[in-house]
Amino acid sequence: MLSLSQIEKIYRTDTVETLALNNISLEVAKGEFLSIMGPSGCGKSTLLNIMGLLDEPTSGQITIENQVIHGYSDKALSQFRNEKIGFIFQSYHLINDLPVLDNVELPLLYRKVSSKERRKLATEALEKVGLSNRMKHYPTQLSGGQKQRVAIARAIVGRPDLILADEPTGNLDSAMGHEIMEILEQLNTADRTTIVMVTHDEGMAKRTHRLVRLFDGALVSSNQFYTA
Amino acid sequence: MRRRKFFTFISLFGISMTLMILILLTSFYEHIFGGKYPEVYRDRTLFATMIEEADTSNGNNAMRRGPMSLSYINKYVKTLETPEKVAFSSSPNTVNTYGNGKKLKLFFKYTDPVFWEITQFEFLEGKPFNQQTIDANEAVAVINNDTRDDYFGKGVSAIGKTIEINGQDLRVIGVVRGCPITRMMVSADVYMPYHLQKRDPANTQLNGEYMVMALAKSKADLPRIQAEYNDVVKRIPLPKDDFFKPQVLNASLKPYFESMAADTFFNNSDGSTRARFYLFAAAFALLFMSLPAINLVNINISRILERSSEIGIRKAFGASSRTLVWQFIIENVMLTIIGGIIALVLSGAFIAWFNQSDLIPYADLAINWKVAIIAFVLSVVFGLMSGVFPAWRMSKLPVVDALKG
Repeated sequence: MLSLSQIEKIYRTDTVETLALNNISLEVAKGEFLSIMGPSGCGKSTLLNIMGLLDEPTSGQITIENQVIHGYSDKALSQFRNEKIGFIFQSYHLINDLPVLDNVELPLLYRKVSSKERRKLATEALEKVGLSNRMKHYPTQLSGGQKQRVAIARAIVGRPDLILADEPTGNLDSAMGHEIMEILEQLNTADRTTIVMVTHDEGMAKRTHRLVRLFDGALVSSNQFYTA
Repeated sequence: MRRRKFFTFISLFGISMTLMILILLTSFYEHIFGGKYPEVYRDRTLFATMIEEADTSNGNNAMRRGPMSLSYINKYVKTLETPEKVAFSSSPNTVNTYGNGKKLKLFFKYTDPVFWEITQFEFLEGKPFNQQTIDANEAVAVINNDTRDDYFGKGVSAIGKTIEINGQDLRVIGVVRGCPITRMMVSADVYMPYHLQKRDPANTQLNGEYMVMALAKSKADLPRIQAEYNDVVKRIPLPKDDFFKPQVLNASLKPYFESMAADTFFNNSDGSTRARFYLFAAAFALLFMSLPAINLVNINISRILERSSEIGIRKAFGASSRTLVWQFIIENVMLTIIGGIIALVLSGAFIAWFNQSDLIPYADLAINWKVAIIAFVLSVVFGLMSGVFPAWRMSKLPVVDALKG
């Protein structure tokens, strides 16, 4: 599904050069639920951004669904992201000026989908995360857990093969975090969606198929809990 | 736009006010300087409101300046060969009279019969005076409709009735639809044939009480008329007395704008008055428009910075840079178009109100569509520049950075 080969990411300023990711190679199988752990600043989010094509590696190769991602134009890259990848962020990243339904419809805006169809798919996605009664609300009127469920609905509305979740439960209490985790597990088992999740929570990580640990920009260990 | 009501309000306010003021200013300009009723031939008419005799010899700096005498006009202007027609009229004067039980303050003018040929007054009743009127020494007058209504009563015919001006009883032979006082060469409440003016005929000096209008056969003839007149002026003998010995006569026939504005604002004689005025006006308009434009750029930049996280989100979920730039272009153009429509509606309403308010009687302001459209296009350009450039910059920002906000 997803393959990283000898990925390196270096941040350069005038005086300092920081090695954020050091020679990372990683394979994620289709239908796998992978978690990434590591101390703050070890490069977890950078790795996730590179997987999601939001950031470019300094060197190395990314392959998604047998397509080597190299030399894509802005437009082609946007389209690829739009069709293949869904994102869930720790701080939700909803557009506060738009009602919940419009937020969920967002990925479909950049596809050839009629507004009626958009509405239908977004409503279905919201039903899946149990928020169909909040469609007309604005994000600021929702709790943290509800916001994250809207963000999940937005991530799955376009039926992507891969979901990248950056600490999706990081801002939530344990009960809410548990709920969100259940939704992700459901997506993974029922829809066979591949999920890569960055987390700080060992308990959450143990519920995934496999855990990789990152330290100072390098992969240090890998634990297989289950098989996909 | 609906989402950021305050921003939308500020932008719309800036755009619509600027456009409205430009539209109104040009409308007033047209009202004063454009060829409108009854001066429909203004673009092929030359004017002289004053002449100037100057004595600069021996360190003197004496000059005599003023309208022209009848003898001067008859001798040196009426005799010009290039104009189709030459008319004259006195500078407007006021007189108090009593009619219909109230005191009226009226503007009056003495004119020659050609005046009615160069101007295109609409006669609501009667007819203008002609050469026979003057030859027969008839005491007649043409009045405008407001004077008729005030003096004789509303809806009453004035023809054949008598109006008293300066102690003289004049028989009304014509009633014209009035024109605003801003048309200085032709506007008056009462028009009398020049033979009723007692003082000037005896005046042998160059200075007197009359202004001149010279109608050309075509616009192309205007420079020829000016050249012929300049030639005549050079050869006019200047009367000298013990106290004033002029050597120079400054006299010329000019288009309306120059003859009115040149003396007031830009006193120069090199003929570039209009070009200078337009340059000045264009610079003013540009400066005037640049203020809200800069303001708009500022607002747009801060607004787009504020939306950087939104841009990041949209890009993460599949919006390309081009899609985002288009989104901003459409938002800005919509805003400008709405602002333009508001400006047009407000200007139209103001003009309609002004025209019927009687602040200037007979005012006939209108929207100058050419200027309105240019101003509108300019504001669309400003809107685009102010919105698109920052949006383009933002859309180029890496998604990761944009998401951080």
